[in-house]
Amino acid sequence: MTASVSAPALASAPASADVATLRVVDKQVRADGVVTLDLASPSGGRLRDWTPGAHVDLVLPGGLTRQYSLCGDRFDPATYRVGVLLEPGSRGGSAYVHRELAVGDLVGVGGPRNNFPLVPSERYLFVAGGIGITPLLPMVRQAEALGADWRLLYGGRERRSMAFLDELAAFGDRVLVRPQDETGLLDLAGFLGRPRPGVRVYSCGPAPLLAAMERACADWPPYTLRTERFVAVDGGAPARTAPFEVELARTGTTVVVDPGSTVLDALGRVGVEVLSSCRRGVCGTCETTVLAGRPDHRDALLDDDERAANDCMYVCVSRSRDERLVLDL
Amino acid sequence: MTATVPTTIPTSDVDPFAHEVLEDPLPMHAALREAGPVVHLSRHDVYAMARYAEVHAALTDWQGFQSAAGVGLSNFRYEEPWRPPSLLLEADPPRHDAPRRVLQKVLGPRALRRLHEHWRADAEALVDEVLAAGTEFDAVPVLTEVFPLRVFPDAVGIPDDGRENLLPYGDHAFNAFGPANDLVAKGAPRVAELSGWVAAQCRREVLAPGGFGAEIWAASDRGEITPEQAPLVVRSLLTAGVDTTVHALSAILHAFATHPAQWDRLRAEPSLARVAFDEAVRWESPVQTFFRTATTDVRVGDVVVPEGRKILMFLGAANRDPRRWADPDAFDLSRDPSGHVGFGMGIHQCVGQHVARLEAEALLTALARRVRAIAPAGTPVRHHNNTLRAWESLPVRLTPA
Repeated sequence: MTASVSAPALASAPASADVATLRVVDKQVRADGVVTLDLASPSGGRLRDWTPGAHVDLVLPGGLTRQYSLCGDRFDPATYRVGVLLEPGSRGGSAYVHRELAVGDLVGVGGPRNNFPLVPSERYLFVAGGIGITPLLPMVRQAEALGADWRLLYGGRERRSMAFLDELAAFGDRVLVRPQDETGLLDLAGFLGRPRPGVRVYSCGPAPLLAAMERACADWPPYTLRTERFVAVDGGAPARTAPFEVELARTGTTVVVDPGSTVLDALGRVGVEVLSSCRRGVCGTCETTVLAGRPDHRDALLDDDERAANDCMYVCVSRSRDERLVLDL
Repeated sequence: MTATVPTTIPTSDVDPFAHEVLEDPLPMHAALREAGPVVHLSRHDVYAMARYAEVHAALTDWQGFQSAAGVGLSNFRYEEPWRPPSLLLEADPPRHDAPRRVLQKVLGPRALRRLHEHWRADAEALVDEVLAAGTEFDAVPVLTEVFPLRVFPDAVGIPDDGRENLLPYGDHAFNAFGPANDLVAKGAPRVAELSGWVAAQCRREVLAPGGFGAEIWAASDRGEITPEQAPLVVRSLLTAGVDTTVHALSAILHAFATHPAQWDRLRAEPSLARVAFDEAVRWESPVQTFFRTATTDVRVGDVVVPEGRKILMFLGAANRDPRRWADPDAFDLSRDPSGHVGFGMGIHQCVGQHVARLEAEALLTALARRVRAIAPAGTPVRHHNNTLRAWESLPVRLTPA
């Protein structure tokens, strides 16, 4: 096999617009109510690297932001895959993805970020409920690749609503598929067994499943159980698709950032050079203090609390939710 | 082996690790850049890249160019490493993920905010001490070695005793990425002693609470890395965190001593300190080289680098590639040095770069406030290392403001 190194034609060209806006290159129905989207850079270049458990923020029309776990192959540098469940009663997020978003469309993407990393262990137990399989899918592939001892318990309402069963079949009896209409509620105690050290338990799914997991793991050693909850509602202001102003407190200048430009480039145009490096929101070099306004964070660095503080941003990729941001520049 | 090399690849018999090249690698860099996107170095039977675009692309492509077979000349697929491999530098995903994540958090820009004021005060105190003792001195032992050794081991949390071992240990570790030449032989007699001392500093019980080292161990308590990994992650700090910063600080002092107009510019606009440091890192590239290993037959331009073969990336040559940089040999604070590969790029990009910038910013800010001019006061002497571009001696004369 021959891989190609595609050298950037001009390294000084802004890469950030490229990594923050991706094109839908494939859309497939994976189960009743579940589609996957494959996303790639319009230029076909490398995307930001990610690790199992990571999610991206999709910025949908109207500035609605939704988080979806990456469930594709991390060794493919050019494509992200997300699995999206059609939520009953959805008005914007998943309904838009299922009914409107089509191959060829562009979509704003933040991250990837990982609040649910796979920590090193020789033994893993994975418990997925419904669409909660998505972050666990890259994890089980990785556990398998590392030669770890692992099992996956995968529950769903009914077999035809459960995505990725074909892919999981390759792992044989490491995977227990338990549709509720066939086998009833998940037997968590039976699957987990006796509390013991040296095991990491990962679970993702609806709130009642995670609550049951917390109870089932109560007597296990601390830090055994790691869970991820779906955060369906984004509390902040919607992301802006319109231009916004950036006021530079120290310089006294104001610059307008158009949708096609990054804050970093807009600053450069008025002679304010902010040191940067990766131009992808991953290295942290261009960290800039925010004095007022709410940034639209598109980086892969800040965790949720740090984002909510609204006190700093990475200007190579992050934008503004408000009409005006004030930066300490 | 040479039979497998297609005749279309430019070949060079230069030894990048010979003393005359280490003394001044710039002519070799220029020749290798001109020779083509990939050059075969017959002396060591490795491939090499010296142009920015290819070096940048190879650094970011961890799938095609792996690190776990070693980032020096030695190929860990066939040769025993001189020490247990680094969990960061000499690892690939997925094993690289957890140690990198933990260290990146410990050394992240937000975690460093609390050190900022301390280090500014430390830098001002050091500059006051130095100026009180005299205005003409060798900047290497007096400033550029002293400052990192004063602040960084404290930040890691290691005890005071034995800190003088950090520089020779780092110097040997960076020599060991090259061939088994006289520089490696020079360090060999102390390897066991220095490695033992370093290993002892990585133990949980010697690391002060609140420091980077203790935070790494706390991450292992939370299961984010294993207790077996924790001391090796601390070792990475002690190996890569001192020599590199010392030589970067020497580089910037030498740059200012030889470019007085740029010093005037920094004094007029002290907020340029960070840009100045990165411009010095671009201009001098304290870390000159790293190797990767092809994971498959990788095509670069017209050339296929065969699976399993080593590729030498000349970071210093890429940082002065005229295809990327206008007037690349100029040290110029009006340039935007963003995107230089002096800290690498991609998933292995220097995890301590924000620490280095903070140290440099603190020292430069203190100097700019108290020193009107920096001038050479003698002939500077290079320190040769297989990986690092360094100064042994940097005589300077300071004019207090």
